[in-house]
Amino acid sequence: MLTKIKDIFRIDNLPAWYFLTPAILVGVSVLVPLLYLIVRAFDADPDLSMELVFRRRNLELLYNTLLLAVSTLLVGTLLALPMAWITTRTNIPGRKALTLLGVLPLAIPGYVMAYALLGFTGANGTLAQLFGIELPRLSGFTGALTAISLYTYPYLYLNFRSALSGIDPSLEEVSRSMGYRPRAVFFRVILPQLRPAYYAGALIIFLYVLGDFGAVSLMRFETFSYAIYLQYAAAYDRVYAAWLALMLLALTSTALVVEYRLLRGLFFHRIGMGSEKKASMIPLGPWKWPAYIFVTVLVLLSIVLPLSTIIYWMIDAFDPQQLTGLRRALTGSVSASAPAALLATALAIPLAYNGVRHPSRFTRGLERIAYLGYATPPLAFALALIFFTLGSVPILYQTLTLLIVAYALHFLAEAIGPVRSSLYQASPRLEEAARSLGYGRLKAFFLATFPVMRNGLIVSAAFVFMSAMKELPITFLLAPVGYETLAVNVWSYTAEAMFAEAAPYALVILLFSTLFVGLLFAKEWAQR
Amino acid sequence: MNQIHFMNTLLKTTGLTKSFDSPEKVVDDVSFAINRHEIFALLGPSGCGKTTTLRIIAGFEQPDSGEVVLNDRRLVGNKSFVEPEERGIGFVFQDYALFPHLPVIRNVMFGLKNVPRKQREEQALEVLCMMGLREYRDRSPFELSGGQQQRVALARAIAPTPELLLLDEPFSNLDAVLRNSTRSEVRSLLKKAGMSALLVTHDQEEALSFADRIAVMNEGRIEQIGTPEEVYYRPRTRFVAQFLGTTNLITADAIGPSALTEFGRVNLDRPAEGRVTLSIRPEHLTIEKPNRNRDNYLGEVVSKDFKGHDITYRVRIRARECMVHTDNRVNFNAGDHVNIRPLEAAVVLEEPNVHLETAKSPG
Repeated sequence: MLTKIKDIFRIDNLPAWYFLTPAILVGVSVLVPLLYLIVRAFDADPDLSMELVFRRRNLELLYNTLLLAVSTLLVGTLLALPMAWITTRTNIPGRKALTLLGVLPLAIPGYVMAYALLGFTGANGTLAQLFGIELPRLSGFTGALTAISLYTYPYLYLNFRSALSGIDPSLEEVSRSMGYRPRAVFFRVILPQLRPAYYAGALIIFLYVLGDFGAVSLMRFETFSYAIYLQYAAAYDRVYAAWLALMLLALTSTALVVEYRLLRGLFFHRIGMGSEKKASMIPLGPWKWPAYIFVTVLVLLSIVLPLSTIIYWMIDAFDPQQLTGLRRALTGSVSASAPAALLATALAIPLAYNGVRHPSRFTRGLERIAYLGYATPPLAFALALIFFTLGSVPILYQTLTLLIVAYALHFLAEAIGPVRSSLYQASPRLEEAARSLGYGRLKAFFLATFPVMRNGLIVSAAFVFMSAMKELPITFLLAPVGYETLAVNVWSYTAEAMFAEAAPYALVILLFSTLFVGLLFAKEWAQR
Repeated sequence: MNQIHFMNTLLKTTGLTKSFDSPEKVVDDVSFAINRHEIFALLGPSGCGKTTTLRIIAGFEQPDSGEVVLNDRRLVGNKSFVEPEERGIGFVFQDYALFPHLPVIRNVMFGLKNVPRKQREEQALEVLCMMGLREYRDRSPFELSGGQQQRVALARAIAPTPELLLLDEPFSNLDAVLRNSTRSEVRSLLKKAGMSALLVTHDQEEALSFADRIAVMNEGRIEQIGTPEEVYYRPRTRFVAQFLGTTNLITADAIGPSALTEFGRVNLDRPAEGRVTLSIRPEHLTIEKPNRNRDNYLGEVVSKDFKGHDITYRVRIRARECMVHTDNRVNFNAGDHVNIRPLEAAVVLEEPNVHLETAKSPG
């Protein structure tokens, strides 16, 4: 039996059972709930299923979702590419600070951005109250697009930036020497090389838009995610919710497959050994003012606006009584996020270890499943877990334990990265040395490798903790009744246009997500 | 094999074979024995399978077939497998693999888990003193030089007094000056402690000066086992002859104890008949002013490479070029006509045709 499995997966060195079992368990816990989604969807009699699948509304949802995703991508590109170009290749002053400002919007989650936009515009908004300018309240497609684009463009920006600074400047010089003008060089040499970075960033944004619930629901723009929520929470039509979740999953899978196809065969490394030199900076010249204006407007919209709106509402109607609520929500967020961070990190260890030390199709497959849990739209994932628990372990339904497990499984992919790179730093020789000195496999791992991985583990736990702190949709569906978290409160108050009440929660979330971005950046800079 | 020799054997490998992903064998039917108190070297170019052999003995890899026996205890073979931690074999890694989170003393104490807790530190300190590392006991491995790290790795490996010490290219990360001194230090340390060791190296000079016996490996197979003198002076194959220093490979016709070459009749190390390949080291040849009456075979000096206390000449004789290594008193210039005279018997090589393509011409 075992040898047959070995043959199928071409395994020479199977990991030890205590590393293999948790990894398989993770795979099962991600896959089985998704199967339940299918089971639940086919629960209804065939006629009803047909009717549900071919509803006209599905087409509208598909159209809305795709429209939002593609538009976000477009706006994101228009913001990120010039910003990346300006901060990597021109002589604009304060490039380092600008780079940071280009990443900082990541600290403002989509629903906080939506909150800020809603609190800023309209008759009651900051703009009207402070300056007497009354803009119609942003909502619907425009509102969702603005909020999500401003929040997600840094993903593209980061990718463009590293791709632009990684391009071998000799290529440009060679093209110039062969008679191409700078503009032609940009379009024929530089842009094509940005493709892998663009696809990678685009996938993240695309998946984010498919999964986003906070911004679209606050802006009342119906995409699949929002519709799932409405069906589940308002209409109590669980079969239709399951079908919508499956359609969303199909859309996600399509995006992943397309990405895989596009990326295949695209490897733009530097070829040859030539000394790696820095690209020369291009003087802005007459483009100086347009560049300044572009950067200023972008920073104003993506950072200053949300921050000042939150602070305005905070000061405007601060009530010390809110502090009790704030403490309760903070406790709620932390007591779900902290255990989830520990659990995710603990699960990431065997997954990463198997993949790094015992690479085979099988271990790679297990690692991929963990990434699947991340790519699955959070509402679909949460719904799948609900069906699963109701169907097989009802005792877990509506418990904190389930919420913690859901966070851990969903954010596991974030934990695997740092654990994996710390494992690469710990040479396998260390464990072999420990074994030649008389320690068994497991002890050798804990005595020789584990201490070296410590920093990676801390980073992993921090990533998951801070992601879980600002998580909204999973919390919504899975948290016990009446369970308050920071994110849920921001959403609930904003949904009822109680901007002042939402402000303190939004501010605390900003604090945590700024830490998150700081960590992300510290890591990136440390690698340089 | 007589009884005494058998008693003396510490480690014996028989027919070790291993291949990884490709069907090509990395280790191919490797058998050798190491005696107690002996320093044994596996010598060969990179990729010849020597490190894999070492890792099989340590238990880090499993052979496809073959057997390893340490002290009459079967470590691997016949479906049995002793885990590395149960083998009592010390290992010094090429990159030392010191635990970065532990200070020097704790690194050395790491393997002393069977020693009562109180005595561990004392015992580790003893080994450190022997290595001249006493004052570095509380340093972190990062704060040590390459040579010091190397000695800590060695101290850590020998502290639990293993029966056999395996060393994987332990000197290759040291610079040339440090390498020579560390090598002789380590050798005398091992000898003083009466330890048996197996060294893996691609450096022929290192193998020759460090080991009591050498096994020369090529493409997964052992080509020759012998003392440094044996493998150097009497290489069995073309590969061994060329890998251990430079040599002149000459095809000649043998008639009993001698053979006829371009530069005349040379004595052979063993009688042979017919077409043979001979190896003759450059330092076993000398050149002299030709005597018109006696010498028919005239050579011409092509180049002269003066290196201070010795000189390397390239001499063309008929269609062949020979390398001749002389001391600095033999003085000729390019273009001079000379006569080549062998000082030692030439070595008759075995010709397994398989290795012809990898053999390179001398120089």
